Amino acid sequence: MTTTIFVPRDSSALSLGANKVAKLIKEEAAKRGVDVKIVRNGSRGMFWLEPMVEVATSTGRIAYGPVTPNDVASLFDNNFLTGGDHPLFLGLTDELPWLKKQERLTFARVGITDPISVDDYIAHDGYLGLKNALNITGAAIVQQVTDSGLRGRGGAAFPTGIKWKTVLDCVAEQKYIVCNADEGDSGTYSDRMIMEGDPLVLIEGMTIAGIAVGATQGYIYLRSEYPDALVVLNEAIANAYAAGYLGEDILGSGKRFDLEVRRAAGAYVCGEETSLLESLEGKRGIVRFKPPLPAIEGLFGKPTVVNNVISFASVPIIMDKGGEFYKNYGMGRSRGTLPIQLAGNIKHGGLVEKAFGITLRELLYDFGGGSASGRPIRAVQVGGPLGAYLPESQFDTPLDYEKFAELWAVLGHGGIVAFDDTVDMAKMARYAFEFCAIESCGKCTPCRIGSTRGVEVMDKIIAGTDHAKNIALVRDLSDTLLNGSLCALGGMTPYPVLSAINHFPEDFGLKNSGLADKAQAA
Amino acid sequence: MSSQMDSQKDYGTPARESAKNVTLEIDGTQVTVTEGTSLIHAAMVAGISVPKLCATDSLEPFGSCRLCLVEIEGRRGFPASCTTPVAEGLKVHTQTPKLADIRRGVMELYISDHPLDCLTCATNGDCELQDMAGAVGLREVRYGYEGENHLKAEKDTSNPYFQFDPSKCIVCSRCVRACEEVQGTYALTIEGRGFESKVASGTENFLESECVSCGACVQACPTATLIEKTVIEHGVPEHSVTTTCAYCGVGCSFNAEMKGEEVVRMVPNKDGGANHGHSCVKGRFAWGYATHKDRITTPMIRKSIADPWTEVSWDEAINYAASEITRIQSKYGRESVGAITSSRCTNEEVYVVQKLVRAVFGSNNVDTCARVCHSPTGYGLKQTLGESAGTQTFDSVMKSDVIMIIGANPTDGHPVFGSQMKRRLREGAKLIIADPRAIDLVSSPHVKADYHLKLRPGTNVALISAMAHVIVTEGLVDEEFVKARCEWDSFVVWRDFVAKQENSPEALESELSISADEVRAAARLFATGGNAAIYYGLGVTEHSQGSTMVMGIANLAMATGNVGREGVGVNPLRGQNNVQGSCDMGSMPHEFPGYRHVSDDATRALFEAAWGRPLSNDPGLRIPNMLDMAIEGGFKALYCNGEDIAQSDPNTQHVTHALESMECVIVQDLFLNETAMYAHVFFPGASFLEKSGTFTNAERRISPVRRVMSPKNGYEDWEITAKLSNALGYPMNYKHASEIMDEVASLTPTFKGVSFKKLDELGSVQWPCNDEHPEGTPTMHIDEFVRGKGKFFITQYVPTTEKVNAKYPLILTTGRILSQYNVGAQTRRTENVAWHPEDLVEIHPHDAEDRGVNEGDWVGIASRAGETVLRAKITERVQPGVIYTTFHHPESGANVITTENSDWATNCPEFKVTAVQVTRVSQLSEWQRNYQEFSEEQIGFAQNPQTEERIE
Repeated sequence: MTTTIFVPRDSSALSLGANKVAKLIKEEAAKRGVDVKIVRNGSRGMFWLEPMVEVATSTGRIAYGPVTPNDVASLFDNNFLTGGDHPLFLGLTDELPWLKKQERLTFARVGITDPISVDDYIAHDGYLGLKNALNITGAAIVQQVTDSGLRGRGGAAFPTGIKWKTVLDCVAEQKYIVCNADEGDSGTYSDRMIMEGDPLVLIEGMTIAGIAVGATQGYIYLRSEYPDALVVLNEAIANAYAAGYLGEDILGSGKRFDLEVRRAAGAYVCGEETSLLESLEGKRGIVRFKPPLPAIEGLFGKPTVVNNVISFASVPIIMDKGGEFYKNYGMGRSRGTLPIQLAGNIKHGGLVEKAFGITLRELLYDFGGGSASGRPIRAVQVGGPLGAYLPESQFDTPLDYEKFAELWAVLGHGGIVAFDDTVDMAKMARYAFEFCAIESCGKCTPCRIGSTRGVEVMDKIIAGTDHAKNIALVRDLSDTLLNGSLCALGGMTPYPVLSAINHFPEDFGLKNSGLADKAQAA
Repeated sequence: MSSQMDSQKDYGTPARESAKNVTLEIDGTQVTVTEGTSLIHAAMVAGISVPKLCATDSLEPFGSCRLCLVEIEGRRGFPASCTTPVAEGLKVHTQTPKLADIRRGVMELYISDHPLDCLTCATNGDCELQDMAGAVGLREVRYGYEGENHLKAEKDTSNPYFQFDPSKCIVCSRCVRACEEVQGTYALTIEGRGFESKVASGTENFLESECVSCGACVQACPTATLIEKTVIEHGVPEHSVTTTCAYCGVGCSFNAEMKGEEVVRMVPNKDGGANHGHSCVKGRFAWGYATHKDRITTPMIRKSIADPWTEVSWDEAINYAASEITRIQSKYGRESVGAITSSRCTNEEVYVVQKLVRAVFGSNNVDTCARVCHSPTGYGLKQTLGESAGTQTFDSVMKSDVIMIIGANPTDGHPVFGSQMKRRLREGAKLIIADPRAIDLVSSPHVKADYHLKLRPGTNVALISAMAHVIVTEGLVDEEFVKARCEWDSFVVWRDFVAKQENSPEALESELSISADEVRAAARLFATGGNAAIYYGLGVTEHSQGSTMVMGIANLAMATGNVGREGVGVNPLRGQNNVQGSCDMGSMPHEFPGYRHVSDDATRALFEAAWGRPLSNDPGLRIPNMLDMAIEGGFKALYCNGEDIAQSDPNTQHVTHALESMECVIVQDLFLNETAMYAHVFFPGASFLEKSGTFTNAERRISPVRRVMSPKNGYEDWEITAKLSNALGYPMNYKHASEIMDEVASLTPTFKGVSFKKLDELGSVQWPCNDEHPEGTPTMHIDEFVRGKGKFFITQYVPTTEKVNAKYPLILTTGRILSQYNVGAQTRRTENVAWHPEDLVEIHPHDAEDRGVNEGDWVGIASRAGETVLRAKITERVQPGVIYTTFHHPESGANVITTENSDWATNCPEFKVTAVQVTRVSQLSEWQRNYQEFSEEQIGFAQNPQTEERIE
């Protein structure tokens, strides 16, 4: 009898030695004359347990982790192939509280299936959404997506259905579907996990989008630092073509959709949709002004759907189970689930897919287990390097686009980076400017010059030079960036800067945030 | 919309064409503009100026400076008014306290990385950054100046005309965008990103780069980053006069920006009908020849060309010339004297010279340099369409779907129109090029020819017949058009002719050396691709069958219904500024002004009545006839006005022999040109900056030439001709050039409505301009052809007699390049020599290999006519068996080797086909050595003239 063993091929597992573990398991099994089949699955998202090896047993999949090459022999010795006990024994994977507490819709198959196997994908309810989509009109597909309440998961949270409808309503001989997979926010990795763990859900989502709006060509603009994802995506695309799920005549419907992966140019700003399009066209990755919207004049000037990986990957389940099903998750105007990524100074980092409404505190403590250092968590930055810092007093905020906006914060792409009480928030504010200076495309003046000046002024503040004057200058500069920048890179740099000053004035040598003083003076 | 625009203002973004109007409110003022217009443009229409730096109305919006932000009621944020289109009912505010804060914040950032040297800056008082700092009320830069900056960035002074000082750059990308959008060269880019972003020419410096020095970037620059060296030297100009460029047939309008009588810079005029604010390196920068030290400003005479010159007064020079003409006519007869006019002169100057010949000399012995360039155009288009002129405006190309270029090189020869054509090609128009050589348009950034028909030189007519064969035999003729507009009988004869098997692409394949499939595909594209327009140049006319080819082109346009509306037509690209005009003015021996034959009694009677002299009904001598007769002894005196036949006409030895045979050669020119070395009287001429008049460009556009400084020689050129006439006893008492144009208008139906006053009002006007078309005629032949019905002509291909053989196995063809102009008399006396210090001969690597020729070697080029030596440039631009050179430098002797073969109808020389052999040599040719000696002597005669006192 062949035993199936799962060793993740996700980058997080690979960076912790998963390839070597897989190789040793294979060698050890051969040595011992045991018949095993190794499936290189995605990650379940519990990074502190990677490489997490699973064994398919009659009672279900049993997990062991984190497995190092040194553990392999002892696992065999302890009969892990039949779920034997071992210091690394974690029990039935499905019963692990981390996973059990989640609502995995988009990530339903990640870590479970062989990412590149179309058969495995189909066996786990894959391509049901596409089949439904092929039976209805483009407008009906767009309606389902609109009804689901899905909003762009890249960070801007624009209703996906409305974007698709704009493209659908354009008359053009060529339209495009572009997937923004230039995932560059610090502390985020959900796109990568999908692409490495269940690329076919992304492929299916893009195919549905193409059929919905009448686009026949799709591109995945993939972050250049994701070499593993590139391999998986290309294998999965090739397999989808071979199985008739991509190409000239998808499942005999007469509908065409072609898809290819393009490696990104290695610039953060190319994750901004218009510079992404410029880059995809082979030009310098600089920001375009809007309007015209990419939906109307996008790639090569043609109507283009540009969505994030998670947005596309959420579409198959919507088309499978219906917009209403998806909409029943979440709160307020934030419907469905959000793949949240815990990172930074956190004990249990990893991916949590939950319906909107969970609080930061639940995520940080119930899932994350507090800080890795064991010290109090002082601040979290949500939504990437351009997201606001939130102090402990705001940890009970539910994850909801509007609730965060009320706090002058953003959910962004769902990345949460934790900091303990040793953090110097003035340095973090300086870093925000520095990040902007490094990543600025240089097109608009506020971002091009302002980011560098921001670093310089923060240095003066940190050094205590003309303190009050320079604090006022940082605020004015932030105002210029916020209101004057061409895109969100410059426009959102003030979020981390001002939230740091406002919530942690003591780190800036201030008794309080100074806002009250300013109001009085005015 | 554009008519609403005032060229003195910058509207921030270009005008938009739309049938739909939108009304909105800006700062409480209602304004109605076309749909698609930007808010900043609409604000300007409403008289409201919004601060801006990266926006300018010659470029598409970019949205980078963030100064033009506005607030819109009901919308979030602060959208940029340059990138935000108008919408019905918007309420826009351009000045609010919040906007003031943002703008001041942005300006504070700009100035934190900008030198504070306004008072000593070359653009002090003419700087948009300075203006904006004032407009937003910037009072301090709180960042200090010790932060990271570009203040020490090194200047690039490599371009002879302008400087690039990156320390003053605000990275608005206007230069980069101008290079792309306006010029289409893509020489500039932004290098690096973020704070490191900087303008770069892609190579070490501007001079070494792809930059063509058109000046569009300099024009677009809002600061002193890209600035004319003349402005650095002289300061900001104080007044400006609109005039017309004296270089090529595009006829760009320029503002001569002046300080007193000194030109500080020439800036292309946004209102220019032909150039819309664009320019090339010649018109923009190469005007320094007007004050070059070689300029001769005192009249000179001498008895013999072996004598040194003697400087004399104008009266003496004029009287001497008049006495010689009188003497020679009384000795050798009326027909022994003639004149040559120049396409570089104004219409008024040409008119008075031909009037002098016809009314005073009493013959029709007047010819023009168009003889050697576009005379077949005049003939061919007159025969087929009824008018000796191009059918379109330049702007028409923006409506073309298929552009066919035959024997022209627009990006070099007609660069400003070349840029416009490239704009249309980038928009997606298809391109067919018929040229033996790969001109730039075959493949350049974002432009690629769909078909490059690399025909063998001399086979144009075979090509046009083969294309016609495809169109006729594949049922692609627009029969409806032909039936309605053309002489059906002539069409049938032509149709049956081209349909013959001998005219098929297959039958002509080896003659053309182009595959039949390619010819067929190109012909199909031409006939079926939508609006198809033909642009052609001297590669069509300067052949033994030049006139046949022009008719063949007209046939093709008529057969496919591509005449009589925008986007189509037959478009000769005229070489010189006033080729069209000089022909219009009656400078050909057989025609009065307006292309009316001298044998036409009614016309002659009209002119006799106006001029008060009997006129000859015999067509006079063409230039080649004059030269032949001179050698034979019957032609003895020539008044050569602004022309240089000793360099520009074929078979130089023959030309100089003829000149040596004359008793009185009168040359009127700025410089001691090649012809003047054989002259007995030298009348110094005035440059285009020193006179009033008009030039008529390739699209029949009559544009004003305005005097911006006093003539250094004392007189405008028409005044000199008038003085000569007066001395010969025929008074010409015009007080101003405008009176000459008034006379032209009174005698020429197509010019009836033209006057200097009208040109002042309209800027320019395209003839016919008369009662029917008081504002001119942009597109000709709209409802019917000028001749009534269009007429087809048989175009039987007759191979040239200039054949290759074992002794002369290669074909030499000639052309020109961007930086030099014609014989180079002007451009060689400017910094343009930086790009083209000498003429080179282009040779294919195979031919070079066969002859052991390496790059840069001296090679002898021998033809049946003569021999010269040039340096070799090995390139695949030319095909094997064909070599190519330019003729901008007299010592190159390009015309020493060209032969006297010429067009059967007009005697236009067959410059484009000369059978030659090329060999590696170690010294200049005998002709060149003799030339050097002779020209050194002659230049010495002119540089050290005797004064009258010394003679006495």
